[in-house]
Amino acid sequence: MIVKIKIIENRKKFFTFSTILVVLALVSLMSKGLNYGLDFSGGNLIQVKFEKTMELKELNPILDEIALDIPQIDNNSRKVQISDGNEVIIRTPEMSEKVKNDFMKDLEEKGGKFDLLRSDKVGASIGEELKSTAIIALFVGLILIVGYITVRFEFKFALAAVIALFHDVIIAVGGIALLGYEVNTPFIAAVLTILGYSINDTIVVFDRIREVLKKKKAGSLGEAVDLSVNQTLTRSINTSFTTFLAILAILLFGGASLKVFITTLLIGVLIGTYSSIFLASPLIYLLDKNEKLEDIGHN
Amino acid sequence: MRKGYMYRIIFVAIVVLSAAWFTMTKPVKLGLDLKGGVYVLLEAKPEEGQRLDNEAMGRLIEVLNRRVNGLGVSESSVQKVGDKRVMVELPGITDTEQAIAMIGKTALMEFKIQNADGTLGKTLLTGKALKSAAVSYDNLGRPQISFVMNLEGAAKFAEITRNNIGKQLAITMDGVVQTAPRINSEIAGGQGVITGNYTVEEAKNTASLLNAGALPVKAEILETRSVGATLGDESIAQSKTAGMIAIGLIAVFMMVFYRLPGVVANLALICFGLITFATLNFFGATLTLPGIAGIILSVGMAVDANVIIFERIKEELRFGNTVMASIEAGFKKAFSTIMDSNITTLIITTILFTLGTGPVKGFAVTLTIGVLASMFTAITITKVLLRGFTMLFKIDKPILFGVRGK
Repeated sequence: MIVKIKIIENRKKFFTFSTILVVLALVSLMSKGLNYGLDFSGGNLIQVKFEKTMELKELNPILDEIALDIPQIDNNSRKVQISDGNEVIIRTPEMSEKVKNDFMKDLEEKGGKFDLLRSDKVGASIGEELKSTAIIALFVGLILIVGYITVRFEFKFALAAVIALFHDVIIAVGGIALLGYEVNTPFIAAVLTILGYSINDTIVVFDRIREVLKKKKAGSLGEAVDLSVNQTLTRSINTSFTTFLAILAILLFGGASLKVFITTLLIGVLIGTYSSIFLASPLIYLLDKNEKLEDIGHN
Repeated sequence: MRKGYMYRIIFVAIVVLSAAWFTMTKPVKLGLDLKGGVYVLLEAKPEEGQRLDNEAMGRLIEVLNRRVNGLGVSESSVQKVGDKRVMVELPGITDTEQAIAMIGKTALMEFKIQNADGTLGKTLLTGKALKSAAVSYDNLGRPQISFVMNLEGAAKFAEITRNNIGKQLAITMDGVVQTAPRINSEIAGGQGVITGNYTVEEAKNTASLLNAGALPVKAEILETRSVGATLGDESIAQSKTAGMIAIGLIAVFMMVFYRLPGVVANLALICFGLITFATLNFFGATLTLPGIAGIILSVGMAVDANVIIFERIKEELRFGNTVMASIEAGFKKAFSTIMDSNITTLIITTILFTLGTGPVKGFAVTLTIGVLASMFTAITITKVLLRGFTMLFKIDKPILFGVRGK
């Protein structure tokens, strides 16, 4: 082994670091909150590409004027975003099909010709449903993972893994809250994927701990954890690195629509790799401190 | 041993070649976010006392299907989602407004007697009595909608006209009076025209809506999404670039870090790509934007199984075992780790698939296929290739595996 990390000896540092990150994430979640996008809040989204360059200070007065007839376009209720010079995204509260069409006509008349790239409308009830579905999905996922790890390993391992998972998810979600990115359905997919990825990483380490214990290669559980982590370290880093390369490529070249999705994954992969090595593994030690070595890793 | 190995080579060759053939001959189905088009989610809203059973939902879907077909969109789809929702997808449609109007219209035609003061009496007959409707033109060449009633409807229509001679019979569409001709005599045979200030286009739409029939239950539009073709093209081009770069970087990394096994892993990665696309095709899965992200992500994760195996092989080599023995032991020891770690990912993708809608489902499908394909390629194809190379070139130097020999 070229690298030798002493996990157990330094566990308090890692626990402290993780606690600080989680607290920061929770603070950002509570103070800033998530910026719920259309899928959650309901409303209309219109993405157009003007033929000429459009600037916010040019577009805003036009929208203010239209708002006199169509209150949904009002300064307080709309969100305007301009990218690449002439692509404009406008979010508004829910509009009927007719009102939306009136708005489009007005916008073309006053703002100049444009191409309609995207037009979405989501009812508010759908958003509420999405929130509850997301929470259900998260908990069903956690329960099934706990079940599987308990069957394959032991409940202690499952508990350590789940604590690490909560840690990863809270930090990823908190990070997105801090960045202020708008979250939609793909965000949920990303968070759940973090569950899958992080647990994947953790299990590789756990698997090794189990093996080391079975073969009695280590004198104590602490030694077993250290040995296992170091033995699987190259693999953890390499896999995270290749996944990181893939994510980075999508982030840089994959276009704007995947930005939130992929940033969430990026944070998740980084933190997931960290937690499987520095959090989940010493947690097993912590959860097992008072038990005899013979009791674990028997199945 | 030798014979078993031959069979394995043949098996792998067949799988990869058929995957390649399948990928080449059948293009992958693209989702609306990539192809452009209109997506509408409707929810049935039964009125008081109305039961929302399977039959009503079936009729709703049937009527929607007929309306969608009336739009002349190829590859359109009308699907039931959950108990009371219907998802309509219209790829390639550009006139969103028209599409949504067509799908969502209730097109409820009603016949009522109009009183002298303009108020309407109760509904005497509805569009259900209708047999067919078509566009016709009056003496001045103005478009109008002529209709023919079914037997029952015709009899009732005759009765209504007989009993109300001298009064005005209002024909309403979705509650709006279209025309209210005076009944001069009993009309038998159940034929009539609806006149209004129609353009030819409007008359055509109305006629086909009437033909499609009124919705058996009221349906409310919950969600509409439309993506222009340009945005879809842009997304595809960007995903292609991202995918190429990701695969290129990963391939270089694997070769630099793992030498010979790295090269093998890259060959396996190509097989992984072919198998993934072929499987997507085989199940008729639709590729969405998050789905593409799922594939690129699974490329990153696909090498994981290989990394786990190669690290094991390196460990064995460091113990001083021979190359061939290390390969055998490496695969054997890595197996349970690969299974355990991937099964948990599959648990998550299953949840995503079950609870997710639209693009999330697509993402779950591609990630699932990606994980399964990566397990298959790592365990089967990498093994066959690695053993093959080792035997063929009589490789016995650990350095080719990135391990300095003892």
